[in-house]
Amino acid sequence: MTKEGCLSRGLRSGLCHRLPHSLLWSSTLHSRACFLHIFRPGPIKRAAHKESESEAKADGETASDSESRVEAATLPPSADDTPEVLNRALSNLSSRWKNWWVRGILTLAMIAFFFIIIYLGPMVLMMIVMCVQIKCFHEIITIGYNVYHSYDLPWFRTLSWYFLLCVNYFFYGETVTDYFFTLVQREEPLRILSKYHRFISFTLYLTGFCMFVLSLVKKHYRLQFYMFGWTHVTLLIVVTQSHLVIHNLFEGMIWFIVPISCVICNDIMAYMFGFFFGRTPLIKLSPKKTWEGFIGGFFATVVFGLLLSYVMSGYRCFVCPVEYNNDTNSFTVDCEPSGLFRLQEYNIPGVIQSIIGWKTVRMYPFQIHSIALSTFASLIGPFGGFFASGFKRAFKIKDFANTIPGHGGIMDRFDCQYLMATFVNVYIASFIRGPNPSKLVQQFLTLRPDQQLHIFNTLKSHLTDKGMLTAATEDK
Amino acid sequence: MWELRHRGGGGPGPGGEAAAPPREGEAAGGDHETESTSDKETDIDDRYGDLDSRTDSDIPEIPPSLDRTPEILKKALSGLSSRWKNWWIRGILTLTMISLFFLIIYMGSFMLMLLVLSIQVKCFHEIITIGYRVYHSYDLPWFRTLSWYFLLCVNYFFYGETVADYFATFVQREEQLQFLIRYHRFISFALYLAGFCMFVLSLVKKHYRLQFYMFAWTHVTLLITVTQSHLVIQNLFEGMIWFLVPISSVICNDIAAYIFGFFFGRTPLIKLSPKKTWEGFIGGFFSTVIFGFIAAYLLSKYQYFVCPVEYRSDVNSFVTECEPSELFQLQSYSLPPFLKAVLRRESVSMYPFQIHSIALSTFASLIGPFGGFFASGFKRAFKIKDFANTIPGHGGIMDRFDCQYLMATFVHVYITSFIRGPNPSKVLQQLLVLQPEQQLNIYKTLKTHLIEKGILQPTLKV
Repeated sequence: MTKEGCLSRGLRSGLCHRLPHSLLWSSTLHSRACFLHIFRPGPIKRAAHKESESEAKADGETASDSESRVEAATLPPSADDTPEVLNRALSNLSSRWKNWWVRGILTLAMIAFFFIIIYLGPMVLMMIVMCVQIKCFHEIITIGYNVYHSYDLPWFRTLSWYFLLCVNYFFYGETVTDYFFTLVQREEPLRILSKYHRFISFTLYLTGFCMFVLSLVKKHYRLQFYMFGWTHVTLLIVVTQSHLVIHNLFEGMIWFIVPISCVICNDIMAYMFGFFFGRTPLIKLSPKKTWEGFIGGFFATVVFGLLLSYVMSGYRCFVCPVEYNNDTNSFTVDCEPSGLFRLQEYNIPGVIQSIIGWKTVRMYPFQIHSIALSTFASLIGPFGGFFASGFKRAFKIKDFANTIPGHGGIMDRFDCQYLMATFVNVYIASFIRGPNPSKLVQQFLTLRPDQQLHIFNTLKSHLTDKGMLTAATEDK
Repeated sequence: MWELRHRGGGGPGPGGEAAAPPREGEAAGGDHETESTSDKETDIDDRYGDLDSRTDSDIPEIPPSLDRTPEILKKALSGLSSRWKNWWIRGILTLTMISLFFLIIYMGSFMLMLLVLSIQVKCFHEIITIGYRVYHSYDLPWFRTLSWYFLLCVNYFFYGETVADYFATFVQREEQLQFLIRYHRFISFALYLAGFCMFVLSLVKKHYRLQFYMFAWTHVTLLITVTQSHLVIQNLFEGMIWFLVPISSVICNDIAAYIFGFFFGRTPLIKLSPKKTWEGFIGGFFSTVIFGFIAAYLLSKYQYFVCPVEYRSDVNSFVTECEPSELFQLQSYSLPPFLKAVLRRESVSMYPFQIHSIALSTFASLIGPFGGFFASGFKRAFKIKDFANTIPGHGGIMDRFDCQYLMATFVHVYITSFIRGPNPSKVLQQLLVLQPEQQLNIYKTLKTHLIEKGILQPTLKV
């Protein structure tokens, strides 16, 4: 049985990984060496695998034994989740078109879902972000378990989820304290929780840390440290990003929608441009990406961002920061739009004047910022995708999971968003708004009197220097 | 037979001691020729990456670096037997380190900050070197550069935040610094992104897994060493006493637990560190609390230790001069009745800080050792005896600082939760960044508030 023969047979068996496990075994009883060379069973088949192991033990080796010796072992994704109804509807099409249709239908379903959620409001959006975060965490941790065969490590599953809970508690506590200050002050237990928030979060984390140290088992130190490191890096990636997304959301829904749509648009546009015009490969990591797709996607995304921000800047519900209204006890997005979202006249530079024939154009200043956001989404966003591709190749997995039929896991959809959320947050903090004035006033009120006086005097001299403060305004 | 062991690392782990046949040879021989498709990787990744799933006993031990005991010491102690010689070396080095510590304290907070920075860099270097040895990845393209670049980025970010806070007046004067401070986060993020993109571009086909491991290793190390060292510096700026008392409590706990264990030790404490005993643990706890109490009393008297570090623009240097806060002013506490009977005094005058020092010492002796156990587990996991061999007789810098790891975070969280509110200079700095209309609004609000409280007398003239 040559290697090439193994390969082809293995590939054929691979395509049928949905088949019952016994079928797979019987087909390879004749070529056990091949099977063992190509496939390492995933978690779902592991249970069934163990029963069949008894037959193989006679030979002194089982499938998983040689897994590690295998050069091309892959972790096949979990069973195909395509709903039956779709399967039947598309059953008469050929396999390639069927894949296209499944992807297309699911894409439209996800986009429609996105619109519905936007309609439902910021609170629901926040919940969705949190669910996506938990699912991403779950996917990456499951990969870690599979890589290290550490599904049965004592305590480890509990500890991973516990750390996720702690870090989420810490971040949500900070957000809630900032934005719902009045609500928090009213309720006594919430007030105490928010005053000692950092201390409580630290204590919770410490408990997890001590539990980890106490759970170290003699023969599995390295694995346990690996999983500890894996959990922390995953938390760093997944949880911080999702909280920055929520911060952006609270700044105004437009800061959430425009970046995410730019990344999605860039994905789709780069794919289309690559499909029609693609010739020069972009990077060895992802052989399907091309320079034509990259550049075409860049221009298309910038144009898309301009149009989208023009459309959205007109509506208050997208533009206003989310606030919690004490009287109505709900979230409101009602405000006077800031200067960023009011139409202004811009003079067109001479170059474009001759082309378009207009002297000035009316735009929202936000559209200029959207150019920066779209540029980042199309130039640097793909690096997040390459990072995820490299990760998948490193651990020899095809997709992060098989949650969305035709698309892979949730993480597959969100890998390019990874850097976008941080960028938008840093951008807002650096260029759009300074620190939150009401928060500053709160902080000021907790200082000591002599510190307050010192700050007041410094501010006074600063304003006087700037000419903002004169005797006239002082007396008001 | 070794295959049976590593299936499912959490299994009962049968027969972990049988020697593993060198699998590199088998895999290398069989698989090299058929490398064709782009998706498959040669055994380099599998060879070392597969270290993941093997249990600990398969991993060969990493030999420590050479012994660096200076020749002088060796000659001076050549007459003693080997066991006493080790003791003497440790003792001499301990005293040297302690005197170096006192010297630096004398030289002031700025020198202390530099010392903390160099320790951080050395710890980072030690842990990264262990990573290289574990993964045999010393020759990975770009990786050494990238690790140090990330260290630089994160340090730049943190120091920028600290400097901006504390040296607001100094910074206001220089134009370039103003620009750097205003867009600090953006610049730091751009620097980090450049490193991230370099990493992605440096991924080499056969070494994906190793490169991801080193990436993650670098990030976890940064998380541990750099954040801790910056919290230490923030504590230091709060007042040198917040730096000295916690660190000395941890050191005292180490030494006291060792001495108690030496004389009275009988019941082992934890399987990870067989030399630790319950008697040492409890004895160390009580002595550390008493030590912390006394050290706090001694240090609270001096303005040098107690005052927050400030940068004065007129003198262009750091000053620690202030009116000590109530935390550091003697107060009378009435003793509870049973202590009254024992000490035969009605009340005792203490600094309130001493009560806080009890909390700090308690943490240092009860939870601090977990940092030590964590480091012990880490060393056992990767089969190294010491982190490095920088300090003769003691091991690496990391060995000395493993228990301090959690202490700095605890002190920082303690200070922000219980001692002081937000940092006044940071509030001021943020105020100055706001839009002028917002500043004016806030000015009016503050003025009303201060007048209400009677801090500011209402005046009719500007």
